[in-house]
Amino acid sequence: MDDYVIQIKNLHTHFFTDEGIVRALEGIDLDIRKGETLGLVGESGCGKSVTALSIMQLIPQPPGRIVKGEILFGRQNLLALGEPQMRHIRGNSISMIFQEPMTSLNPIMRIGRQVAESIRLHQGLSREKAREQTVAMLAKVGIPDPLMRAENYPHQMSGGMRQRVMIAMALSCNPELLIADEPSTALDVTIQAQILNLMNRLKEHMGTSILLITHDLGVIAEMAQTVAVMYAGLIVEYAQVGHLFRQPAHPYTRGLINSIPKMEQPVPESRRLPAIPGTVPNLLELPEGCFFRNRCTQSMDACAKDVPPLMDLGSGHTVRCWLHA
Amino acid sequence: MLSYISGRILQSILVLIGVTIICFIMFQYMGDPALALAGMDATKEQLEETARMLGLDRPLYEQYVRFLWRAVHGDFGISFMTKTPALQLVLKRMPATLELAGTAMIFATLIGGLVGVFAAVKPRFVASRLAMVGTLMRITLPTFFIGILSIYFFAILLGWLPPFGRGDVIGIGIWSTGLLTVSGLKHLILPALTLGMFQLSMSTRVIRGEMMEVLAEDYIRTARAKGLSVLMVTLRHALKNALIPFVTIAGLQVGQLIAFSIVTETVFQWPGMGNLLLMSIGQNDQPVVITYIMVIAFIFVFINLTVDLTYCLLNPRIAYD
Ligand SMILES: Nc1ncnc2c1ncn2[C@@H]1O[C@H](COP(=O)(O)OP(=O)(O)O)[C@@H](O)[C@H]1O
Ligand code: SF4
Ligand SMILES: [Mg+2]
Repeated sequence: MDDYVIQIKNLHTHFFTDEGIVRALEGIDLDIRKGETLGLVGESGCGKSVTALSIMQLIPQPPGRIVKGEILFGRQNLLALGEPQMRHIRGNSISMIFQEPMTSLNPIMRIGRQVAESIRLHQGLSREKAREQTVAMLAKVGIPDPLMRAENYPHQMSGGMRQRVMIAMALSCNPELLIADEPSTALDVTIQAQILNLMNRLKEHMGTSILLITHDLGVIAEMAQTVAVMYAGLIVEYAQVGHLFRQPAHPYTRGLINSIPKMEQPVPESRRLPAIPGTVPNLLELPEGCFFRNRCTQSMDACAKDVPPLMDLGSGHTVRCWLHA
Repeated sequence: MLSYISGRILQSILVLIGVTIICFIMFQYMGDPALALAGMDATKEQLEETARMLGLDRPLYEQYVRFLWRAVHGDFGISFMTKTPALQLVLKRMPATLELAGTAMIFATLIGGLVGVFAAVKPRFVASRLAMVGTLMRITLPTFFIGILSIYFFAILLGWLPPFGRGDVIGIGIWSTGLLTVSGLKHLILPALTLGMFQLSMSTRVIRGEMMEVLAEDYIRTARAKGLSVLMVTLRHALKNALIPFVTIAGLQVGQLIAFSIVTETVFQWPGMGNLLLMSIGQNDQPVVITYIMVIAFIFVFINLTVDLTYCLLNPRIAYD
């Protein structure tokens, strides 16, 4: 167990809305090894952000609540901690960066102060010491002229620069786990590559583990060692990156892989990518049996009866599909 | 920044000139000033003499230029009733009104801010819901009704506070203040609460709305993800962001308070500018009415200017250049 930075067991997070109970997470199991990047992929709305916010315990409450499960971080179960202890972990041992660098920084606070705020909070440094460390951190994430840039307000920076500030803020206290929720999705392609590159470099350098959330399998291939594929609040496949791309076991994963544009056969502008037909089921009224059944081309009678359990395919490759029973 | 300020000042001057024109035109149609000054029983000759003295026989544009020229020099004519300079008369009443409106504003903003922030942070608390219902009720009730009700309750029934007047005042230079005597403070409470109650309700609702919007922003989640407590996030990140739009509204409110104070001053017989205005309108004392309007316009313009500049200072996203 010491090999893992975090182990999520049977996590259920629900939202109790006026329309009914949204079962955003219906029993997630997820282990992240020390020093590795775990990619969490899935279509929008499948529960990736809810997973991240559940780890941070920042689910908006009400309407949300973690109903069941365990999140083991080292030897402690985060779900058993009180809010003061959790505050000590957030931004310190586990930190998070978000999708929207445009809106994730306070618009009326200088970015240097926003980074220093984390450092002062968790390391109890003096104003001057925290400032020094802030400038060093900004330099580390590749912000040119960090001393001057620290005085900038967010609107004076580009999206890419802002995301660098977010990364500086997140890594300023040397966390064991960095949760990155679609960190490059809102950026254009070149900047996206730069940001991912930076994260990879800092991960090597600082030994941080990363939970990288994305809906882009291309990003996973570049960044992650292990992949978890998520669908409608469940992990449906979990494998080493190589395994997953060579032998995708779940029909949903195959669909995702097929929808990656191929370099050797460029898609004409007019043709849409072969996305998976159909839509994610309504989380308010999940169907009996396999949640993917209505979109699956290989569904059988067995698929309608029960939710498939996680089945072990060997060498750490698991899948939730009756095809492998 | 400098060009922005000078631009705004120029704009303010234009607004004031606009007000003088409207005032001037309006009073062409509001009774004969010569008649008001000379009195009902004046002869035809006396009336003509008075009209000539007031310059009413000159062409309109000439009258206006003269009016403007004098106004710029602080001369708004002589009150028909008291035969003293109108400006002096109005300015003498100003401390009473400003102290009333100022107290009402501070009360409304402080309490409204506290209640609004609380209701936004803890929307499900019973107290928050009560505050929302209460403020909505207050907004729909007229001020004079609240005033009379509070006089009946606190002054007559309970006898805790005096029902009307300003109490003892102390003169400091040209300013006469009721804030430094016990009797002055006691007299201030009921009218200030009555006057401020409406703004309090508005502030509570506005601040709550702004605050709820801000609390749903991504950067609030970022601040929480840093490990800050809800209280720290509210104070350090949310409050200032929510208050920036409120500054604009607060400026409007001060203006409204001074305007609404006419009703409150009448109900409580508060010797302020609003009281003077009603009296002067009743007596067709045109110089005083015009002076009142010009003084109020000046205060409004001044407040607006202050608000705009404050807004710029608070909000780094505004580029002045
Ligand atoms: N505050 C909330 N209230 C109600 N439902 C929510 C809330 N936040 C998320 N959900 C639901 O949880 C599901 C998963 O959302 P999310 O984790 O944000 O998806 P994604 O995988 O795109 O990050 C969605 O169906 C969404 O409707
Ligand atoms: S369990 Fe059945 S329906 Fe579900 S993915 Fe496998 S084959 Fe398709
Ligand atoms: Mg998301």
